[in-house]
Amino acid sequence: MQNIKAIFKKEFRSYFNSPIAYIFITFFLAFSSWLFFRTFFISGQAEMRGFFGLMPWIFLFFIPAVTMKLWAEEKKIGTAEILMTLPIKDYEVVVGKFLASFGLLAVTALFSLTLPIAVIVLGDPDGGTIICGYIGLLLMGGAYLAIGLFASTITENQIIAFILGISACFVLLIIGEDIVLFSTPNWLFPIFSYLGLGVHYSSILRGVIDSRDIIYYLSIIGFFLYLSASAIESRKWR
Amino acid sequence: MIEVRELTKSYGPTLAVDRVSFDAKAGEVVGFIGPNGAGKTTTMRILTCYLTADAGNATVAGYDVLENPIDVRKNVGYLPESAPLYADMGVVEYLKFMAEVRDIPKSQRKERINKVIDICGLEGVIQKDIGELSKGYRQRVGLAQSLIHDPPILILDEPTSGLDPTQTIEIRNLIIEMGKEKLVLFSTHILPEVAATCSRILMINQGKIVANGTLEDLIEQVRSEEKIHLTIRGTEEEITPQLRELDGVTGVSHVKTDNGVVSYEITTSQEGYDASSKLFHAAQQNRWDLVELHHETIDLENIFLHFTTGISSDTPSNSIIIEEKDASEEE
Repeated sequence: MQNIKAIFKKEFRSYFNSPIAYIFITFFLAFSSWLFFRTFFISGQAEMRGFFGLMPWIFLFFIPAVTMKLWAEEKKIGTAEILMTLPIKDYEVVVGKFLASFGLLAVTALFSLTLPIAVIVLGDPDGGTIICGYIGLLLMGGAYLAIGLFASTITENQIIAFILGISACFVLLIIGEDIVLFSTPNWLFPIFSYLGLGVHYSSILRGVIDSRDIIYYLSIIGFFLYLSASAIESRKWR
Repeated sequence: MIEVRELTKSYGPTLAVDRVSFDAKAGEVVGFIGPNGAGKTTTMRILTCYLTADAGNATVAGYDVLENPIDVRKNVGYLPESAPLYADMGVVEYLKFMAEVRDIPKSQRKERINKVIDICGLEGVIQKDIGELSKGYRQRVGLAQSLIHDPPILILDEPTSGLDPTQTIEIRNLIIEMGKEKLVLFSTHILPEVAATCSRILMINQGKIVANGTLEDLIEQVRSEEKIHLTIRGTEEEITPQLRELDGVTGVSHVKTDNGVVSYEITTSQEGYDASSKLFHAAQQNRWDLVELHHETIDLENIFLHFTTGISSDTPSNSIIIEEKDASEEE
């Protein structure tokens, strides 16, 4: 626990020591607010569905940008060698780094609360769905982060980590989309519709928090963190 | 404190470390020396549990590197080659992070950090980010990091590479100072460095330990190779048999004849200067016209070449290449 905390602190601080965190938060908010308000006044409804509906696609590009450096950079400049010869277990490093990136996402989500506040001022939205929306956003964001972190562990090139992260998230996202599901064979249908990254998110957005949806995202996070730790450990045997 | 037995590691088809065995104990400064790509870094990475060996075993501070990697790491301070550090962190911030992951109790952290800042001479740069530091200071921060938990074992991979002469001397002095109580294992390919700092030399070539001992030990081992260069005015047919008959002479090789002057390389069973004076007396008795008599002193370079290529330094360089080819064919 102590080690995870130390890694978390270091990584979280490094986001804010460099321009990454500020650029990320600013552009994420500018981008998502613009897309949200573009249609908000036309539809004339005081609800956040438009905002949350954008997230799977905005995350696709923003989240791998946050995770791409997490391990690739350590490998590239060689700091991994000091880090992995400290009395820390591999999984502690992975979890610490994941939590730091999750922390950045949480801070960003916190800043984005200005949007629901604006909506509340302008109208009378359903508070329950907004809260559910944020829970879903964090869970889905966590899954994207874990996938992005894994992409970062298998290369020492940040650009490759970024592209791989986007690709992996993209594939996992579209297999749950209706267009893809219509053309999948029947036997694959339940698997694809279960694995789709956005499927469980949209069910949370409806305002119902089902334990199956939470378990789905936690398993995706756990699975990719496990893969990341294995990828880091594989250095020993190659 | 470090016991290594038959350690072997290969990267695909290349054998990086080949059945390496050695021991080292506290109070020793062990210089790990060898050409680039000889297996120094790989061995160090195995000892710090960064990599796993294919075969053989190693215990560090009494813990097996495979079974108790965490305990091994607790007892080792490690500085990888070229001191990789986080450029965006401040010097003190970095040391704080290291103290934290090294499990130094909160109450002692400040004291330990001040101590390593003092030892490594970092007072002038504590306000700075690591990215702003010169190579020498980075190396010192790397060293400070490896000392933060006061480990009984220090493993340093080329700690002086890329430093200017003053910085090199400072780091060497630090190594000597640390070696009084700790075990310091450091690698280098700079020969005078080992002579200046090490109590013991481990020479590695193509993944194998080719020599292990103090500088004096190694000189002793090479002594049979010691050569005397002798040049006499005369003819080869006349002089060679007489040289061979001399007491203690074990080898006479004719190098060249040039304008009636013959040159020899002579090996003897006696200590260098005794042998030289014996040859001088022989020349006097036989009334040879002695042109040159010199005794080749053994320095680290000779030892290095002796153990890494099997021949001494004054042989023409093309024959070194041939020798290496032969050696690889045998393998």
